[in-house]
Amino acid sequence: MNNVFVYLEIEGKTVADVSLELLTKGRKLASQLGCQLEAIAAGCGLEGIEKQVMPFGVDKLHIFDAEGLFPYTSQPHASILINLFKEEKPQICLMGATVIGRDLGPRVSSALTSGLTADCTALEIGDYEDKKAGKVYSDLLYQIRPAFGGNIVATIVNPEHRPQMATVREGVMKKEILDADYKGEVIRHDVARYVPEAEYVVKVIDRHVEKAKHNLKGASIVVSGGYGMGSREGFDMLFELARELHAEVGASRAAVDAGFADHDRQIGQTGITVRPKLYIACGISGQIQHIAGMQESSIIISINNDPNAPINTIADYVINGTVEEVIPKMIKYYKSHSK
Amino acid sequence: MSLKIVVLAKQVPDTRNVGKDAMTAEGTINRAALPAIFNPEDLNALEQALRLKESHPGSTVTLLTMGPGRAAEIIREGLYRGADGGYLLTDRAFAGADTLATSYALATAIRKIGEFDLIVGGRQAIDGDTAQVGPQVAEKLGLSQVTYAEEILDVDEAGKRVTIKRHIDGGVETVTAPLPLVITVNGSAAPCRPRNAKLVQKYKRALGAQEKAQIAKDGAALPYAGLYEERPYLNITEWSAADVDADLAQCGLNGSPTKVKTVQNISFQAKESKTMTGSDADVEGLIVELLANHTIG
Repeated sequence: MNNVFVYLEIEGKTVADVSLELLTKGRKLASQLGCQLEAIAAGCGLEGIEKQVMPFGVDKLHIFDAEGLFPYTSQPHASILINLFKEEKPQICLMGATVIGRDLGPRVSSALTSGLTADCTALEIGDYEDKKAGKVYSDLLYQIRPAFGGNIVATIVNPEHRPQMATVREGVMKKEILDADYKGEVIRHDVARYVPEAEYVVKVIDRHVEKAKHNLKGASIVVSGGYGMGSREGFDMLFELARELHAEVGASRAAVDAGFADHDRQIGQTGITVRPKLYIACGISGQIQHIAGMQESSIIISINNDPNAPINTIADYVINGTVEEVIPKMIKYYKSHSK
Repeated sequence: MSLKIVVLAKQVPDTRNVGKDAMTAEGTINRAALPAIFNPEDLNALEQALRLKESHPGSTVTLLTMGPGRAAEIIREGLYRGADGGYLLTDRAFAGADTLATSYALATAIRKIGEFDLIVGGRQAIDGDTAQVGPQVAEKLGLSQVTYAEEILDVDEAGKRVTIKRHIDGGVETVTAPLPLVITVNGSAAPCRPRNAKLVQKYKRALGAQEKAQIAKDGAALPYAGLYEERPYLNITEWSAADVDADLAQCGLNGSPTKVKTVQNISFQAKESKTMTGSDADVEGLIVELLANHTIG
C-alpha cells in the first residue's frame, strides 16, 4: 500500500531505457518516503524480465504476461493499471513520456480521477500549504515542468488524489543500478482477472520499428541549430562541422517547425534530452523548452548574432557573430590544429 | 456509409512566437500580447475529418471548443474550411480546469451532441503540450482511442472499423479500431486546407451570443441584425455548464486534481562565460583552447 509504482515500457522483451531511468528515480523517491518501489511489466513472453529490473532496487515486480498485451494497445494496459491501482493504492505512479506513456497515463488518470502531469523535468518530495482551505500536506510529489510554451516553469502538486501521476521523457533522469543482486518479490498475475476480453478491440495489423538514425542521446559532442540557421541548406554546414568533430546534429523546435531539420533531431522538453560534454548552439535563441533539453551539457558554446539571446546566459563561451561567418572558421581551424 | 464526426479544437495563445512583451515586469504572462490561434494540431485533425467527409458523402463535421466568448473564432475558422457547424462550450464554471476537468466538460458536451461515430482532435495543444485531453475524453465516454495518428486510411463499408496509420516511438504502425472511436492527430499529418473563399463569404458574419453582446456593449448596433433570424447557421451555439448538465464539482478549478504550487518566470542562471567575436583570431583561439583541454579532438 502507498508505494511508488513505475510502469515498465517493454519493446518485445526489452525494458526501455526510460523505464529504467524512472526506476532509478522511483527508488530514490521511495527511499525518501520510506516506502517500497514496485514495477509493472505487461507484455507477452516475459520470462526472466525480472533480471532486467531488479538491480534498480525493485521490491515488488507485478508481471502480466498474456497474448494480446504486445504490441501495446491502450485499453488492456490501462485496465491492468486501473484495477491493480484500485487494489494497491499507490501514492506515486511514474511512466515514460513516450507515445505509450502519453497514451496510457491520461486514460488511467481519468478512470481514477487522479492528477497527471506530463513531461516533468524534475520530481521532488516536499510540503504544500493550501492557504484557502487552511490545510498543509506533507510529502507530496512536486511535479516540475516547463509550461506555456516553455515561458514559465510550474510546480504541480496533487494534494487530494492518488496516485500522483507523472510522465518523464527519456534521458531526463539518470539510469543507475542500485545493486546487481537486489532481491525483490515477483508476482505473476492472472491477466483475465484484470482485463475483460472485450478490451482487446484495437488490432495492430502492421508495425515497423526502426533503429534510430542517429545517436544524439549518446553523443559526447552535439552541434545544434536553431531558426537562425535560416534554411535546410544552412544545416548542411552543421553536418559538416559535426562530421569533423565526430558529433551529432540536433535542432531546436523552431528549426524543426520551420522544416530546416528532421523532427527526430529536436532537442528540448518536447524532444530529446542530451548531456554531451560539449554543446554548440548555433543560431538558437534559447527558449526554456530548449534549455530543458541541453542545460546539463558540460560545456556550452553559443554562436549568435544577437548578444542578448537568452541562451548566452547559460553558455560558457559566447561568440557574437553570424553562423555563416563563424562555423566555416571553426571547421577551418579545427582541421588545421587537430592534425 | 456516412459518418458523424466531432472535431475537438482549442483556441490557444501562440506560444511559439513569444515576443519581449509576453511577460510582464512582475513575471506573469501578458496574454494580451500573445495572438490567439487555432491550435495547430487541431487543424491537422480537422483536415482528417474533412477528408472523411469528402470520401463518405452525407457525413457531417461538427466542431466543439471550450473557451471564452471570443473562442467562437475557432468555430468560424472551421466553417470557413468546410465544417458543418459547431458548439462553443463556455461558462465561468469551466475556468481554471486542468486536463481532467477539461475532458469532463468536453465529454458532457459530446454526450449532449448525442450522435457521433468519430471524435477527432489534435494530439496536444501548444499552450500545455500535455496530450492528455484526447485519451481522457475517450475514457470518460467509454470509447477506444487511437493517439498520434498520421492518417485515417479507411472506414470499412459496414461503418464498423477504422484503419489508421499512427506514429509510435521509432516507427509507425497501422491499427484497426472499432467505431465509435476517439482519434488524436499528430502535427506531422497532412496540413489543413486553407479557408474556402465561398465559405468565408457565407459564414463571415457568424457570431456567438457573447460576441454579439460585446458589440452591443461597445455601443454599436449589430451589423445586419436581421440576417441572424433569416440565416440561423450564422448563430454559433453557446452551451453553458447547465446546458450540458455538467456536475459543477467536476468542472473548472473544483474538478481539477492537479494544483499549481508555484510558477516561476524563466530566470536563467548566469554562470561565468567568455564572450568573443567571430573574428579569425577569436575562433582560432577557442578551437585551440578546446583542443588543449580535450573537449574536442
